[in-house]
Amino acid sequence: MDIIDRRLNPRGKSLANRQRFLRRARRQIQDAVRDAAKSRGVADVADGEKISIPVDDLREPTFRHAREGGDRDHVLPGNKEFVKGDRIPRPPSGGGGGGSKGSPDGEGEDEFRFVLSKDEFLSIFLDDLELPDLAKKAVKQTEFPTYARAGYSVSGSPASLSLVRTMRHSLSRRMALSRPSLSTLEALEARIAALREAGADAAELTRLEEEHARMLARRKRIAFIDPNDLRYKRFEPVPKPIAQAVMFCLMDVSGSMTEHMKDLAKRFYMLLYLFLKRRYRHVEVVFIRHTHEAQEVDENTFFYSTETGGTVVSTALDEMKRIIDLRYPSGNWNIYAAQASDGDNTSDDNAKAVETLDKVLLPLCQYFAYVEVGSEDKDWTAPDTELWAAYKVLRKPGANMAMRKVRRRTEIFPVFRDLFSREREAA
Amino acid sequence: MVAAMRATGDVLVSGTDWDFDRLRRVYDAIEGIATGEFGLDVYPNQIEVITAEQMLDAYSSIGMPLMYRHWSFGKHFAHNEVMYRKGYRGLAYEIVINSSPCISYVMEENTMAMQTLVIAHAAFGHNHFFKNNNLFRQWTDASSILTYLDFAKSYIARCEERHGQRAVERLLDAAHALMGHGVHRYPRKRLPDLRQEEKRERERQQYQESRYNDIWRTVPRGPDAPAEADDAAARKQRLRLPEENLLYFFEKIAPRLQPWQREVLRIVRHLAQYFYPQGQTKVMNEGCATFVHYRTVQRLYDAGQLSEGAMMEILDSHTAVVRQPEFDDPHYGGINPYWLGFHMMGDIARISTEPTDEDREWFPGIAGNGDPWGTLRNVWRDYRDESFILQFLSPHLMRKMKLFHLRDEARASEMVVSNIHDERGYRELRDALARSYDVAVQEPDIQVVDVDLTGDRRLVLHHRQRDGVALDRDDARRVLRHVANLWGYPVRLVEVDAASERCVHEFDDIEPRDPFV
Repeated sequence: MDIIDRRLNPRGKSLANRQRFLRRARRQIQDAVRDAAKSRGVADVADGEKISIPVDDLREPTFRHAREGGDRDHVLPGNKEFVKGDRIPRPPSGGGGGGSKGSPDGEGEDEFRFVLSKDEFLSIFLDDLELPDLAKKAVKQTEFPTYARAGYSVSGSPASLSLVRTMRHSLSRRMALSRPSLSTLEALEARIAALREAGADAAELTRLEEEHARMLARRKRIAFIDPNDLRYKRFEPVPKPIAQAVMFCLMDVSGSMTEHMKDLAKRFYMLLYLFLKRRYRHVEVVFIRHTHEAQEVDENTFFYSTETGGTVVSTALDEMKRIIDLRYPSGNWNIYAAQASDGDNTSDDNAKAVETLDKVLLPLCQYFAYVEVGSEDKDWTAPDTELWAAYKVLRKPGANMAMRKVRRRTEIFPVFRDLFSREREAA
Repeated sequence: MVAAMRATGDVLVSGTDWDFDRLRRVYDAIEGIATGEFGLDVYPNQIEVITAEQMLDAYSSIGMPLMYRHWSFGKHFAHNEVMYRKGYRGLAYEIVINSSPCISYVMEENTMAMQTLVIAHAAFGHNHFFKNNNLFRQWTDASSILTYLDFAKSYIARCEERHGQRAVERLLDAAHALMGHGVHRYPRKRLPDLRQEEKRERERQQYQESRYNDIWRTVPRGPDAPAEADDAAARKQRLRLPEENLLYFFEKIAPRLQPWQREVLRIVRHLAQYFYPQGQTKVMNEGCATFVHYRTVQRLYDAGQLSEGAMMEILDSHTAVVRQPEFDDPHYGGINPYWLGFHMMGDIARISTEPTDEDREWFPGIAGNGDPWGTLRNVWRDYRDESFILQFLSPHLMRKMKLFHLRDEARASEMVVSNIHDERGYRELRDALARSYDVAVQEPDIQVVDVDLTGDRRLVLHHRQRDGVALDRDDARRVLRHVANLWGYPVRLVEVDAASERCVHEFDDIEPRDPFV
């Protein structure tokens, strides 16, 4: 008899089956995920999700008897008052008094329920979204040369000297040229000393002394370490993709922004964060709020504290530029920005904002999204807001700038998908 | 007082925690009782401790330690996981595999008392049944099943690499749909292989030629027999129709399948055959295991090796397992095989040791023979559920269970209580219960009856209805689609009443939509 502890066996033995199952049910799961995302609000989206999907495609049909019809026999336990010949009305739900009441594996149900893990949920949720123009524009920018070891060279800086290699070459050269070793020399000196002491055999002594002189000369001629022996570790520049991103959240917090608008903006930022998080190993978020002046704040202040003042958008853009220069050199970071505003701006600032964006920020950014939030009853047929009208000139095919209008929660995700979907037509 | 009668032995099982050393000592104690006093004969045991997640894994791959990959196993896993996490359903305490060595999975969450119960139940009860029951001996090969599964898994993985996951998945879908119809139910004539057949055909020809004499041509003969009928008969003979093993039929005869597709069908067919006895011996198998664990823990307790608390825990879970709600209970979901099996085994033991006059009349062969374990071992060896109930359900037990028989005829407006547990009803009641465990009644009888070889190669299947019980139309159509894809040409299913041979319903012809080629 053997008792075997299998608890430490690799987990997830049925992972391959699960993936096959998810692939099979992909379409239904996608629909279910979309529905969940619409009704649930963004904050819960990141969690794993319980999903119900119709069993249609997942049915495993077999030839089996119908539940009803035909003559059937039932043998049942627990008789109380029946005697032979009693007649009992047929129960309405079919199947007679006993027999199968729904197969045990839940096959008979119309809905199939199971839980998606967080990763699975997100991968389906963000499935057909893609980072905008990443392939075209950013190949160069998302790579950064680093140095990697690549063999040895005969020249280099002293710091990269490879001692082991150098000594190995030195040793083989000394052996090849038969340079007398220190121990041989010392042994000879000892013998000379002994002969001198004894005072006998002068001829031998002379011969040994000559030998000694020859050894010394040879040791002098053949260097212990020759420049030929030197070996240096060689480094080669290797382009390495940058797996980090910074996301700038810019928001107008002046009095005209209501809680509702901020909420819309927050949801958009969260989606963007989730999305970036899946693509980059490391994502940092910078919050910049502005009225007539801009400042970097923490998340709480950003969303929940109110400020009063006018609205000067270019201050936020300038602040963003300053922070990029200070902390996020564009060679090392993929930069994304999302600006939310109700569209107000001081008229004479428009030109400055557009110029900063066009000349300074857009070249640095991977993508810049402008989301104009409005109250639910806002009439979109109204003339364009100050900022929208100003930014419109930047919107051209192939530009890494996009703008959308949002006024309801349910519109957030469609707009987000619209911005980042793979088949995005040029905005 | 039970406590007074207990020996004060070395307490092996108490408290909740278990460790490998204690597991081993308990195993040895149980082995002594099971192979000694009970005379059980088991495959070597291999007990594997696993986690809850691994148990779910095992669940979803139909209890086998290795299995090829298929989405349906993922689906079952996902479903079981939700049921388990939400607490709708507990996990089994063990899973046992009919293999040699016999592998029993036990969960790490089990308490020491539960492990004791599980070892007695699975490693001895089920194990003895697997090794000795004739059905298992006839249909399964315990020593090679794991090797075969290993082959199946790697073969199907290779097929996926070569032909694409999608193609293999579709084929497995089709094969799984027919899994219930992949067993040769009745022993059959050994099939001569095709090469032999060809050789024999040539020999016949040569013989004919050697005996040819032109004079026979001039001898007058009777009128020619109708060639048409002969053709159909010869065709059926050649294709060995009717054939009820659909998987076998497609594997051998389907014209358009590739060799690898035939091999995959064969793998599924072998699995179907391996599981075939389990469906027919549920009551006996569980009855045997439950009876063995019950008697074993009693012995352990009597010998003082089980603490009072451990015994209470074991009895608690034992009674939960053999619980049978009555028919009017909202929890009623059919007859619990553990309940029926356990009580029948106990009843047989009672009959052989303390028979009543009634028992002597009903069971003259075993009543009072004084050898309960020998009697049970014979029963476990020779019967399956249907014949077991037909033979051994005693009037005593029918009364105790208050069984009654309800006849539900389609043309009547009400159901009739046709028999109850009284003198007039015992035999028919017992027959009716046994019949409900008959595979021929449980599973639809579907046969390939003809192929139109000269025309459009249409395949004709018959479902032989018993008692007017039809097929589930929706599911049948889905399966037919798979069948059409396997066959590669149109398929027709006809429902025929088994008694009158009258055609009851004809399904529309299903054309292959995306045949396997």
